[in-house]
Amino acid sequence: MARVLVGVKRVIDYAVKVRVKPDKTGVVTEGVKHSMNPFDEIAVEEAIKLKEKKIAAEVIAVSVGPTQSQEVIRTALAMGADRGVHVEVSGKEYDLLQPIHVSKILAKLALDEKADLVILGKQAIDDDSNQTAQMTAAVLDWPQGTFCNKVEKTDAGLTITREIDGGLETIKTKIPAVLSADLRLNTPRYATLPNIMKSKKKPLKKITPKDLGVDTTPRIEIVSVEEPPVRQSGALVPDVDALVAKLKEGGHI
Amino acid sequence: MLSSNTRNLIRSGLLHRCKSTLVVAEHNNEALNPITLNTISAAKKIGGDVTVLVAGTKCGPASEAVSKVEGVAKVLVAENAAFKGFMPESITPLVLAAQSQFKFTHILAGATAFGKNVLPRVASKLDVSPISEIIDIKSDDTFVRTIYAGNAILTLRSKDPVKVITVRGTNFAPAAATGGSGTVEQAPAGEYASQLSEFVSHELTKSDRPELTSAKVIVSGGRGLKSGDNFKLLYDLADKFGAAVGASRAAVDAGYVPNDLQIGQTGKIVAPELYIAVGISGAIQHLAGMKDSKTIVAINKDPEAPIFQVADIGLVADLFKAVPELTEKL
Repeated sequence: MARVLVGVKRVIDYAVKVRVKPDKTGVVTEGVKHSMNPFDEIAVEEAIKLKEKKIAAEVIAVSVGPTQSQEVIRTALAMGADRGVHVEVSGKEYDLLQPIHVSKILAKLALDEKADLVILGKQAIDDDSNQTAQMTAAVLDWPQGTFCNKVEKTDAGLTITREIDGGLETIKTKIPAVLSADLRLNTPRYATLPNIMKSKKKPLKKITPKDLGVDTTPRIEIVSVEEPPVRQSGALVPDVDALVAKLKEGGHI
Repeated sequence: MLSSNTRNLIRSGLLHRCKSTLVVAEHNNEALNPITLNTISAAKKIGGDVTVLVAGTKCGPASEAVSKVEGVAKVLVAENAAFKGFMPESITPLVLAAQSQFKFTHILAGATAFGKNVLPRVASKLDVSPISEIIDIKSDDTFVRTIYAGNAILTLRSKDPVKVITVRGTNFAPAAATGGSGTVEQAPAGEYASQLSEFVSHELTKSDRPELTSAKVIVSGGRGLKSGDNFKLLYDLADKFGAAVGASRAAVDAGYVPNDLQIGQTGKIVAPELYIAVGISGAIQHLAGMKDSKTIVAINKDPEAPIFQVADIGLVADLFKAVPELTEKL
C-alpha cells in the first residue's frame, strides 16, 4: 500500500480576468477570488481514486504559500485527503518563489513522509511554468510521468498514458514516481457538506521551508509585469459574401 | 576609476565572448521537428556559439538537417538505443554530460511536450530555475514570457549561472534551413540507459493536414459544432485553405476530436496568419492559445460571445449555414 503526496496551489480563480497593477510589479490579488489550481483538483481526485482502489493507504495534501493556502488544503481534505501539510511562505518571498524552491520542498516532504507517489498538476494557471513535477522527480531521482491521461498500477510499477503533441504515448515507470495530471485524467468530485465539516477535524501541520532545510533565495528578479497588447477590435460583417470580400481584401484568398 | 558605462561595456563584451548556447533538437528519428529552427533563432538572438544536440535511436536525418542550418556551429550526435522514446530519465544525463564538457551559458529547447518534459529535469540537476516558454529575449539574462494565460507579460532577470529555457516557437522566426556548415561530432559517451522508466508505444493522430503549430491557416471548432461528425464541415473548409484544424477544450472534452488538437493555455499555442474560430465562445483559456494570430475570424451565432472582442472579422450567424456557404464560395 502506497502513500501519496499531492501538491495543491492556491491561485486566482480560472474564470477571473486578471488585472495588472499600475506599478507593473505584478497582478492584483487582493479582493480577487482564489481557488485550487484546476490541475491540482485533478491530481487530488486521482490520489483519492488510488485510495478507493486500495492502492494508496494515505493521501497527504501539501501546499506551499501564505496562510490562505490552508483553504485549498481544506478543500483537498474535504475531497478525501487524509491530512494536510502547509509550508508557509508569504510576502515578497512568495512573490519570488519558483518551482525550483517548491520542488525541493516537495521532495524533502516526500522523503520525510515516506511517500511512494507524488502527484501534482501539470501546471499552475497563474505562472504557467509547467516545471514543478519534473523538478521534483529530478531532485528525488525518481521517474516522471508528466501530462498523465491515464495511470494504471501494475505489479512492476505504473503504466501511464501521456498526452503528447502528436497524440498519446504509453510509458512504464517504476515506483516511487512523480506524476503530473493533465486535464483529461479524470473529473474531480465536489466536496459534500458533511465531508467539508469532517475536513475541519483532519490534521493540518504547519511548517516552514527552513524547517525542511530548503533555501528559498530568489533565483529571478521581476523586471516588470505588463498588460498584453490590446487587439484592435474588428468589424462585424453582415453575411458570408462580405466575409469572403474581407478575406480577399486581406490577401487570405 | 572606470565610469559605470565603461564597466558595463567591458562586462557585456566579456559576456558576449563567453556566451554559448546548447539547443536540444527535437526529432522523431526520421525528421527534424520544425520548432528546432525557431529555437535556433532564439539562440542566435542571445548571441555566441550555437551547438545543437541530437539524441535518439536514429540521428542521421536530424543531425544532417541541423548541420546545414544557418548559424549552427556544432552538432553533437548521440545515437543510442537508450534514447528510445526520448525519455527524460535518459536524455537528462546526456545533456548534463554535454554541459559538463562544454560549459554552455544557455540551454534551450522548443516549448513542446518534449521540451517541457525534459528541460525542467535538466535545470533541477543543474540547480537552476528554468524559464518556460519565452516570447522574447531582452539580453542574455533578461527574458519575456506570458503568465495568467497570456493576460500579463512578465519580464524577468535570471540570477542563475546557466539559463535553461524553453522557447515559444510562434514568437521566433525559423532559422534558415540552408547556408550553415556546422561540424558534426559525437556527444560525450556514457551509460544513459535508465532503469527508472521505459517507453512502450505511442498512438499518433494521423493527418495529411499541416501541423497545427506551424500552419499558416487554422480552422478551429468548439462546442457549437455539436458533434464529432459535424467537424467534417470544418475539414471541408480547411481543405480550401490547405489549413490545419484545431479545437477548443470544450470540443475535446466532448470527444468531438482528439486532445492533441486542443488550442489554448493547456493545449497548443498557435499564431497563424489566419485563424477561423467556428462555434467557439472565446474563453480566457482558449484565447491564450490563439490571440497572437495575425487575422482572427469568428463565426458564432451569439453576438455577445467574447471571441468577437478579439476577432478582426466577425460574422454573427448559424455556423451550420454559414460554414458550408463559405466553403462553397471560396
